Amino acid sequence: MRGEQGAAGARVLQFTNCRILRGGKLLREDLWVRGGRILDPEKLFFEERRVADERRDCGGRILAPGFIDVQINGGFGVDFSQATEDVGSGVALVARRILSHGVTSFCPTLVTSPPEVYHKVVPQIPVKSGGPHGAGVLGLHLEGPFISREKRGAHPEAHLRSFEADAFQDLLATYGPLDNVRIVTLAPELGRSHEVIRALTARGICVSLVADLRAAEDAVWSGATFITHLFNAMLPFHHRDPGIVGLLTSDRLPAGRCIFYGMIADGTHTNPAALRIAHRAHPQGLVLVTDAIPALGLGNGRHTLGQQEVEVDGLTAYVAGERPDPLGPRSQPACQVAHDPPRACPLCSQGTKTLSGSIAPMDVCVRHFLQATGCSMESALEAASLHPAQLLGLEKSKGTLDFGADADFVVLDDSLHVQATYISGELVWQADAARQ
Amino acid sequence: MKLIILEHYSQASEWAAKYIRNRIIQFNPGPEKYFTLGLPTGLPRDHPESYHSFMWNNFFKHIDIHPENAHILDGNAVDLQAECDAFEEKIKAAGGIELFVGGIGPDGHIAFNEPGSSLVSRTRVKTLAMDTILANARFFDGELTKVPTMALTVGVGTVMDAREVMILITGAHKAFALYKAIEEGVNHMWTVSAFQQHPRTVFVCDEDATLELKVKTVKYFKGLMLVHNKLVDPLYSIKEKETEKSQSSKKPYSD
Repeated sequence: MRGEQGAAGARVLQFTNCRILRGGKLLREDLWVRGGRILDPEKLFFEERRVADERRDCGGRILAPGFIDVQINGGFGVDFSQATEDVGSGVALVARRILSHGVTSFCPTLVTSPPEVYHKVVPQIPVKSGGPHGAGVLGLHLEGPFISREKRGAHPEAHLRSFEADAFQDLLATYGPLDNVRIVTLAPELGRSHEVIRALTARGICVSLVADLRAAEDAVWSGATFITHLFNAMLPFHHRDPGIVGLLTSDRLPAGRCIFYGMIADGTHTNPAALRIAHRAHPQGLVLVTDAIPALGLGNGRHTLGQQEVEVDGLTAYVAGERPDPLGPRSQPACQVAHDPPRACPLCSQGTKTLSGSIAPMDVCVRHFLQATGCSMESALEAASLHPAQLLGLEKSKGTLDFGADADFVVLDDSLHVQATYISGELVWQADAARQ
Repeated sequence: MKLIILEHYSQASEWAAKYIRNRIIQFNPGPEKYFTLGLPTGLPRDHPESYHSFMWNNFFKHIDIHPENAHILDGNAVDLQAECDAFEEKIKAAGGIELFVGGIGPDGHIAFNEPGSSLVSRTRVKTLAMDTILANARFFDGELTKVPTMALTVGVGTVMDAREVMILITGAHKAFALYKAIEEGVNHMWTVSAFQQHPRTVFVCDEDATLELKVKTVKYFKGLMLVHNKLVDPLYSIKEKETEKSQSSKKPYSD
């Protein structure tokens, strides 16, 4: 159904009265779609001598490529890392609900889990095209268990592993077959990581780094291309030891290779100034991710994440600690850490100060990123669409509105609120006010 | 002729656009009655600077013309002369050109009818003069070797057959050509001068293009601007369009 320039007989849709994101700019242009792909209207005019079969007026709104979320652990009560009998419907539920956030493709993410979980869950989440049923699954993102003890963040220590013994075979034994896998996050300082990185890259799997190492540059030479949520779960930047953050401006990388880095722009995980520093240092590599947890879309309270429990308060989620003493205030001092947000601190009353995923939807992240960095709208939109597509090597068909690309796009108003979502040129979600 | 002098390039463009708009509305085209707009053509297709891309990006994509009604000379045709002859036939079939809009080269040429072209020529293949190649080099990254040396063009005679001709001339580098075109005689070295013998010609230019003209000429035509500006007044508002269409009594001003 998706042939070159679309099947000649298929309907031609023309979206008019809009601004489209193309070539890094918002242009006053019409968007033409046929056969689920973006069409070149000039060829249609001169070679086929046809006009559009249907025109849709977009009311002066912005048309941007659909957002791509490469790190999302679940949502709406669904936890991708839970080994249930019917993982498929959980994934389908999330896929459908994130359409309202403007996400048209995503990588369901599994946090550190015991091998039994991987063996049960991974085969149940195949790569799948998006449509009215939900956003497309581009492949799985396996975050852990091959990460370091010191910087494990919210990942349970008990299930961390290494591949000292048998390198790639260890990895296969843990995960099972890798057909549905798209990204693997690991720590390059683990022994024999370079063999593993090379083996994964050879299979077209994107390797992402977490934890700190001067040798992160060597990992990039072995094929790694991504840094999972920059700043979080890593040693802070030090001027004599920039750590993995220094990778952003490293001059020791292979020529022409762009290093990408995920940023959780939810207003909690990263201070706006830090967001700005990273963005200015290396704007081309910034990839917005939600790192969303099952509590996304649900209210405050306790929820699960893999083998952990997390506590949600507003837009912040922490690893859950002990239940508070109901008989009175605890004797512990107020927390020493100056942190955002300034409301009632879960650290003082209960729980831990370890952030555990995020519950900000992708469109909230895009808006917050725009506001915090003061960057252009085009930059913010590309960070959520073009850059993740480039990371996965899909930029010819996803994350772009160039001719021939899949017609996955979002309709946004000037404050970047999602008004409608399209997959393959078909309307798959619409804001209530827009429904007539 | 009517010589319309505006202050700047943008005002000249706007005046010309409004004039064309008014002419189309007055003509009242329909499915059996084509308003045929003639425009000069040339470079081969598939080149980013080809007239196809140029016309698409600057004109066709902004209007609701049906592709069937857009005819561009095909520089990639197998038999170029046959392509030219067929083009002349298409013009006849559409009822002749109602309004031809063109520019002028620094050497006074209209379309690609270079100095020395017959003033009764028809659509044909022309070898481009060095002046024209130099002028077009900006579309080819300044590389002279990349500029096409031949082009298909409508002839001077073809344009003379149009019921009305509008020439747009802006910039000081065109001033001498304008002088030769309207203040000297009809001469095949300055092919635009042929339109001195056309019953309805409009030259639209900016101040800079008049630099080589006699002060007397410029003053005379500037004095007529009050009358000429009536030609670009809006004929009716969109709302009144349906009711007034039948009652429209404005006739084009003639000299």
